[in-house]
Amino acid sequence: MNFEAIKSIYAFEMARTRRTLLQSIVSPVITTSLYFIVFGAAIGSRMQEVNGVSYGAFIAPGLIMLTLLNQCIGNGSFGIYFPKFTGTIYEILSSPISMIEIVIGYVGAAATKGLIVGSIILVTAAFFVDISIKHPFMMVLFFVLTAVSFSLFGFMIGIWAKDFEQLNLFPMLIIPPLVFLGGSFYSIDMLPPFWQTVSHFNPVLYLVSGFRWSFYEIADVNPVVSLLTVLGFLVVCLSITAWIFKTGYKLKN
Amino acid sequence: MAPIVSIRNLTKSYASGFKALKGVDLDIEQGEILALLGPNGAGKTTMISIICGIVTPSDGTVTVAGHDILTDYRKTRSIIGLVPQELTLDAFETVENTVAFSRGLHGCAPNPALIERILKDLSLYDKKDTMLRQLSGGMRRRVLIAKALSYEPKVLFLDEPTAGVDVSLRKDMWQLVERLRANGVTIILTTHYIEEAEEIADRIGVINHGRILLVEDKKALMTKLGRKQMTVELAEPIGVIPDALSPYSLTLSGEGTRLTYEFDSSGERTGISSLLSALSQCGLRVKDISTEQSSLEDIFVELVGEGK
Ligand SMILES: Nc1ncnc2c1ncn2[C@@H]1O[C@H](COP(=O)(O)OP(=O)(O)O)[C@@H](O)[C@H]1O
Ligand SMILES: [Mg+2]
Repeated sequence: MNFEAIKSIYAFEMARTRRTLLQSIVSPVITTSLYFIVFGAAIGSRMQEVNGVSYGAFIAPGLIMLTLLNQCIGNGSFGIYFPKFTGTIYEILSSPISMIEIVIGYVGAAATKGLIVGSIILVTAAFFVDISIKHPFMMVLFFVLTAVSFSLFGFMIGIWAKDFEQLNLFPMLIIPPLVFLGGSFYSIDMLPPFWQTVSHFNPVLYLVSGFRWSFYEIADVNPVVSLLTVLGFLVVCLSITAWIFKTGYKLKN
Repeated sequence: MAPIVSIRNLTKSYASGFKALKGVDLDIEQGEILALLGPNGAGKTTMISIICGIVTPSDGTVTVAGHDILTDYRKTRSIIGLVPQELTLDAFETVENTVAFSRGLHGCAPNPALIERILKDLSLYDKKDTMLRQLSGGMRRRVLIAKALSYEPKVLFLDEPTAGVDVSLRKDMWQLVERLRANGVTIILTTHYIEEAEEIADRIGVINHGRILLVEDKKALMTKLGRKQMTVELAEPIGVIPDALSPYSLTLSGEGTRLTYEFDSSGERTGISSLLSALSQCGLRVKDISTEQSSLEDIFVELVGEGK
């Protein structure tokens, strides 16, 4: 293992994060606060409880997931896309480092940033609503696994993307509908049966449900299934990444 | 001694189908300075990129210090330093950080003293906290060199190091190359300037259209390349070349007003003065004289012609 290289890439990425820290934290905090004011306080006060949890508290895990997914995909993809775009990737490619080390450096940094921002959202949420965490260990497990697997997913997007438009395709166009239709703001029992079935094809439902279960013990799907879904997603992303490095796909001519 | 870099049948077809390298064989000796001379598009950067791991070869093998570049890439890439042709640097990093970053990527523990020395050697030390995007082209080239030296490579590739570089950097660069050579570093540099190769190389390889046309000791090659042409403009046109001038195998052109003479500028006798006196003995009045070194292009044409 080339630990110095992992350390260098990780530190380099975290330095980039520090330079943009204010904007990367302030903007999600403001957005989330707005959600709580609108859905938690204004509308939420007229809504009935969902499975014994106040509406504002019910949506908190979903909002944290929304931010976490966006942050991880955004950072994971940008971290590798940018050197590809400017050409500085030559240095990574000509260094004595393996695929695993590159991934640990970039994905580790993206996940770290996602977790920092996610934790800040959690703290922000606690100012607006009563948050209880019934299964702290499972909560952290879901939190970390989601951060790692979606940072890796972002990393793959960064390698695949030919231009900034493709880079933004997932965070802007694909993730929001999946999160909004994935039970972040409602329990899927509230949907007509047809849409309940459709929802089960949405991977984000499993994430949000499992994460929410670790807070309030209420879930749309069995938490074990949720955990297996996250693990499965991680394995798929790892396999694709391994293939990318083996073939040099879009990294090497 | 076994060559430090050994290239066999190296072939590259890009995805476009374009064949940039067509079976290159080349041995680079430990401690030498090899200049790869070739026009744009010859395949120089492609060859270097394959050895460094940036481009995947289509066929052939490369070993560095006996290690295969594909199966033993950790060993080979720790030995190799690369100063790329393009001035690609992170905009928002400082000079010192980006050099330290390169050292880390190559698995070396931090060594601020060494980095300080490298920055001083390259006249970059007073700029160590400057953002890279604020540097001029020449300064960026220095930073790229500092990055490549930060992990003390044994083999250094310099891809067109002096393209678009000012005179002072060029001088610094030659001094640096001399110092590195004194420390036993093997240096491969590419260029399309003959003078550059002439200045510092021990051996010169000529590459064109993805093939190595020749590799020779600089001295031997410079003799070959030393052919010059002298053009004599006559005041009055002549119909035929006088017999007395036949030993000089002149050619006549420009409607009888221009005589061309080819000679070897590195030879003991160029024959110029005797030709000039022969001209006046024949009663020809000379209006103007110019000499011209055969250009790199001419040499390529010649080499490619010989290769056929
Ligand atoms: N990624 C690529 N795809 C297709 N052709 C390429 C690519 N990179 C370089 N080439 C072509 O390969 C040839 C050799 O290029 P290069 O190795 O950069 O030459 P040099 O460095 O000697 O100028 C050129 O004709 C160039 O256009
Ligand atoms: Mg080139």
